[in-house]
Amino acid sequence: MSEGNGQQGKKRLTNPPKTVEIRIQRRENPDATAYTETFEIPYRQNLNVISALLEIRKNPVTKDGRQTTPPVWDMNCLEQVCGICTMVINGCVRQSCSALIDDILLANGGNTIILEPMSKFPNVRDLVVNRSEMFKYLKRVHAWIELDGSYDLGPGPHISQEVQQERYAYSRCMTCGCCLEACPQYHDDNYIGPQAIAQARLFNMHPTGKITMDERLNGLLEEDGITNCGNAQNCIQVCPMGIPLTRAIYETNRDVTVNALFGWLRK
Amino acid sequence: MASNGLKIAVVGGGLAGLAATMKIAEAGYDVDLLSIVPVKRSHSVCAQGGINGAVNTKGEGDSPWKHFDDTVYGGDFLANQPPVEKMCEAAPKIIYLFDRMGVPFSRTKEGLLDFRRFGGTLHNRTAFAGASTGQQLLYALDEQVRKFETDGKVNKYEGWEMLSLVLDDHQVCRGLVAMNLQTLELKAFQADAVIMATGGPGLVFGKSTNSQVCTGSAVSACYQQGAKYANGEFIQVHPTSIPGEDKLRLMSESARGEGGRVWVPKNQGDTRQPRDIPTSERWYFLEEKYPAYGNLVPRDIATREIFQVCLEGYGIGGENQVFLDLTHIPKEVLDAKLGAILEIYEMFVGDDPRYVPMRIFPGVHYSMGGLWVDYEQRTNIPGLFAAGECDYSIHGANRLGANSLVSCVHGGFVAAPNAIDYAKNVERGVAETNGIYDAELQKQQEINNQIIKNEGTENQYKIHEEMGKVMTDNVTVVRYNDRLKATDDKLLELMDRYKNISINDSNLWATQAVPHARQLWNMLNLARVVTLGALNRDESRGAHYKPDFPERNDEEWLKTTIAEYSAEAPILSYEAVDIGLIEPRKRDYSKGKVLSAAATEKGGAAQFVPQGNEEKPENTSAEEIWEEEGDKIKDGESFKEITEDKS
Repeated sequence: MSEGNGQQGKKRLTNPPKTVEIRIQRRENPDATAYTETFEIPYRQNLNVISALLEIRKNPVTKDGRQTTPPVWDMNCLEQVCGICTMVINGCVRQSCSALIDDILLANGGNTIILEPMSKFPNVRDLVVNRSEMFKYLKRVHAWIELDGSYDLGPGPHISQEVQQERYAYSRCMTCGCCLEACPQYHDDNYIGPQAIAQARLFNMHPTGKITMDERLNGLLEEDGITNCGNAQNCIQVCPMGIPLTRAIYETNRDVTVNALFGWLRK
Repeated sequence: MASNGLKIAVVGGGLAGLAATMKIAEAGYDVDLLSIVPVKRSHSVCAQGGINGAVNTKGEGDSPWKHFDDTVYGGDFLANQPPVEKMCEAAPKIIYLFDRMGVPFSRTKEGLLDFRRFGGTLHNRTAFAGASTGQQLLYALDEQVRKFETDGKVNKYEGWEMLSLVLDDHQVCRGLVAMNLQTLELKAFQADAVIMATGGPGLVFGKSTNSQVCTGSAVSACYQQGAKYANGEFIQVHPTSIPGEDKLRLMSESARGEGGRVWVPKNQGDTRQPRDIPTSERWYFLEEKYPAYGNLVPRDIATREIFQVCLEGYGIGGENQVFLDLTHIPKEVLDAKLGAILEIYEMFVGDDPRYVPMRIFPGVHYSMGGLWVDYEQRTNIPGLFAAGECDYSIHGANRLGANSLVSCVHGGFVAAPNAIDYAKNVERGVAETNGIYDAELQKQQEINNQIIKNEGTENQYKIHEEMGKVMTDNVTVVRYNDRLKATDDKLLELMDRYKNISINDSNLWATQAVPHARQLWNMLNLARVVTLGALNRDESRGAHYKPDFPERNDEEWLKTTIAEYSAEAPILSYEAVDIGLIEPRKRDYSKGKVLSAAATEKGGAAQFVPQGNEEKPENTSAEEIWEEEGDKIKDGESFKEITEDKS
């Protein structure tokens, strides 16, 4: 029995506040100016940010009793696997579904939760941003395997457990945008960013994907390409899936260099 | 290839929708792909365990026919058999295709695909990519479709929600009307064929394991326009999910496989911390009621018992929660065997399940029912097809684990060529169809205007909560006719109150209030289909359980429920089930002891033990199957397993 000493590996909020203050950055539409509204909800254990938002949406009245419009945010899977509910919470970019109020208060003290939209993407309304640029980057790096067709051609190539496991880590990227939000180099679409580079790496590592590696590397050679990485290594700190982004950048950069140096030999 | 201006619309960008889209684009035709969220964020990403296909790489003598038999048996014989057989035949090819697309499936030492065991079978038949197989499969299709998007064959409309079909005077589907979720702009999409691939209706139950887009709204719209909805009453409830204020997250069965014990305090409303409650004051109700299986009773029984204990007021603190306790197992063992799922619990609940018992409760998980389709995925509306969880065709009265991913992809693969065939041959009644798009647009705009204009006193989110609660209380695990009737009355009351809602949002740009109001009305209509289908079906079969009618009744109820819309109430009719390939036999959980021990020994960690225990009765047709397939099986061990299977 492991009862008794040191049982909670995790620290708990010992003296929880009666209420939690939720400060939300509001913006009516992309052309409007942003402002902040403060809401207050009763504290409950195990509340996450989404639950707090749901409660506010049901009855959108500010802390000082003023009726307002319901705050708008994106959410879907609520299991940190779709990536859609990403926002900046008390200064850290993360998914709001897995952001527990207890943890945030424990880390920051006080009783205030501050919610802001990601700053590197166009702000649609309140906490919603438009991340379609990220999907365009995936097109640029040809983040797919070129198939002869989807008809029955038997199994794929043999792959070792080691390569599979390395690829698996990259394949968990949910295009949430945390890495771009945290990257000091990325702003105004000037850098293709870690996620697209890691996806290029994912397919370059596959025996079939290797065949068209040049196409993927070409997508990284443009002005906003891989050389814009400033090696701040923020991306790997904030990636919710723990993807080895800096390794992907390093290894892909090596491929780019090798390709530039010796690629002409093959022509 | 010239597409001759032929155009197909696919609604929904999960596995089924993307599978269909890829096939259509590959054949050289244009696709409009509509999705509420960017397709990469669809609900398919939530599937964890794997995808079934009898590839038979483990020398076990597995075969598509055995997969077929397990699926039909697990579904309590309610599925029409021919399409299930086709799916099981196609499954190995589907897995190989995903392998070629670069899905990082787990591998054997030789570098081949690895397979694991899952519920309802004795074979290693489930290919998996870590514990996030759905995510990986969805991404693979997303990538292929992105390639076709780059080639200009696919037009994605992400951030659009379908509101209705465009039907001509002959009730032929000519396209659909959808709403832009930022601008609320309505647009008519002309299409020669429409494929619905919108997933399940979990949100009808308020909280479920489903994603927020899984409202069933678009399917309900089709139903209200004349599409038949089949077997709506069959809703799978998973025994162990993690209750949250916002959703129910799944807790894998492997926690019990590793020795997890389910209990509640004997004193109702006991507020002590679990570790302060002595063993003598804990009620291990599964172990008490099922001494042979204990916590590893089959899924539907575990679900039923947990639900019942809470209804009787024994839930923790009087709430709908019971303990799933792993704290008696050494931390090192838990980390080695259950690490990943324990981290999920820790991340979302904040407690460390190595030291604090988990609080779990059954959660609505999957709808076996859906749009009625024929064997070609055609609905009863010409030009309208359906695939994936939103169609009813494969799983009968109960779905086996890891069969959903394969049914989604297969459904999309069948729907696509049939939609192309139909679209090629359909006559476009130009003169006649000209006005129908404008008429439908106007009709839908008027509904929006009415919602926006309404300034009633009702709160739509509260109505949704009330619907979810009454549906969860009465139309999930245990069903009584009086309560089902009362539920329908409550739904009618909610529909009445719905007319008096106010959207409470003066800013219409990117508002979520108008879309939610549209979804809510459609959910209420679907809720009635589920409820009344359950009320009518006086038997117990698969996920549908009525204590007053505890037995499966093939004589009267081996038939598909068909609901058709009318303004007063769904009109129910029944259709015979095609059981031409495997004769129905009884599902029997009572004599599983011998197999239980064998299965546990062989399988070790036993995520699959509960369903693997389902002993097949003696009159199983396994012998005939083996005679048929005997020449394919040379392996001595597999033969031994078959004899065990029958013992």
